[in-house]
Amino acid sequence: MLELAIGIILGGCALGAGTAMIAGIGPGIGEGNAVAKACEAIGRQPESRGAVTSTMLMGCAIAETTGLYALVIAILLIFVAPNILVNILMNAIG
Amino acid sequence: MKEKSRRFILVDILYISIMLLPILIGLVLTILTKPQAEGITITGARIFLRVSMPLQSLLITEAQIHSWLVMISILGLCLYLTHGLKTRQVRSRQHLAEWIVEKVDFLVKDSMGEYFMGFSAFIASILALSAFSSLLALFGLYPPTSDLNVVAGWAVLVFILITYYKSKCGPWQYMKSFTEPVPFLTPLNIISEVATPVSMAFRHYGNVLSGAVISVLVATGLQGLSRLLLGWLPGFFGGIPFLQIGIPAVLSIYFDVFSGCLQAYIFAMLTMMYVSGGFPLELYMKRKTQKKKLEVM
Repeated sequence: MLELAIGIILGGCALGAGTAMIAGIGPGIGEGNAVAKACEAIGRQPESRGAVTSTMLMGCAIAETTGLYALVIAILLIFVAPNILVNILMNAIG
Repeated sequence: MKEKSRRFILVDILYISIMLLPILIGLVLTILTKPQAEGITITGARIFLRVSMPLQSLLITEAQIHSWLVMISILGLCLYLTHGLKTRQVRSRQHLAEWIVEKVDFLVKDSMGEYFMGFSAFIASILALSAFSSLLALFGLYPPTSDLNVVAGWAVLVFILITYYKSKCGPWQYMKSFTEPVPFLTPLNIISEVATPVSMAFRHYGNVLSGAVISVLVATGLQGLSRLLLGWLPGFFGGIPFLQIGIPAVLSIYFDVFSGCLQAYIFAMLTMMYVSGGFPLELYMKRKTQKKKLEVM
């Protein structure tokens, strides 16, 4: 029974981590759009290359934030949460 | 003249040793304390020491020690670059130092405005600390920026700065800034104020840590793959993971060098934007001139 409980905890953590990383889709699309527009802008005005590139990098970094939140949650679920949850289970059983 | 130049070289050697010794100390510490492990090992910063304190025991971790080593190393670099400044017959290192100062001054002036020119030293130190901390991974040491506590400390420092500059026109003005543009949005404004340091810390930490995790996963995967593909080689050669040569280095160039420097730049840019964006400059200047007028009268 205990093995089953621990197995459910580990499986739930892994599934949660995988599901959290679905959030990676959003930043991917957003950054792709940003880079495409930046390429267009450079094509139209090649002399503004430096300014466009640095602004694009800033924007990409900010767009990346939601993906990174998901990443942090996934990392916590994989490396930190199982220990804590199993400890809680052990304490509950006694 | 000759005595003088000999002394110059001696001081130079001293500064270079201040620059390089911390990295050597870090390498020796890592080699002595890192446990041997097979397969995937992704751990946080190792704890060296526990100092018992009234509320909670203070942990001296690898991240703290490495960030102090980076700070000492940067101090040595700065001393070396600014050693023997002249107005004529300039050394090449003085050119480098002047270039760095000019670039940072230009960056601060460009994105913060004339009033905040005093910030350039702070911004330069944030840039240097963050970039060199991430680049420490090139030596195989634990990069302090992949520990959330270190980056969260910087983000809290930036948050204090933002709040100080926002409340420079008095606490009433600070409270009032939350009700803009409509009073209805006050809760959202408070949440976004708190989310600023959280997102800054998570952005930097997540980028560096994800790079480290992906590098370890790829390296382990390549080891397994080379055992599968090249395991038939006779004797000793079968055990060498040939696929691990070279391929992880490409990832390291992106994750350690490019991403580390980019994150340093972004952290500094965001600091500048938040500090200068929250400060009501026009109102402050208006009040200052009014005060001066009153004093004159």
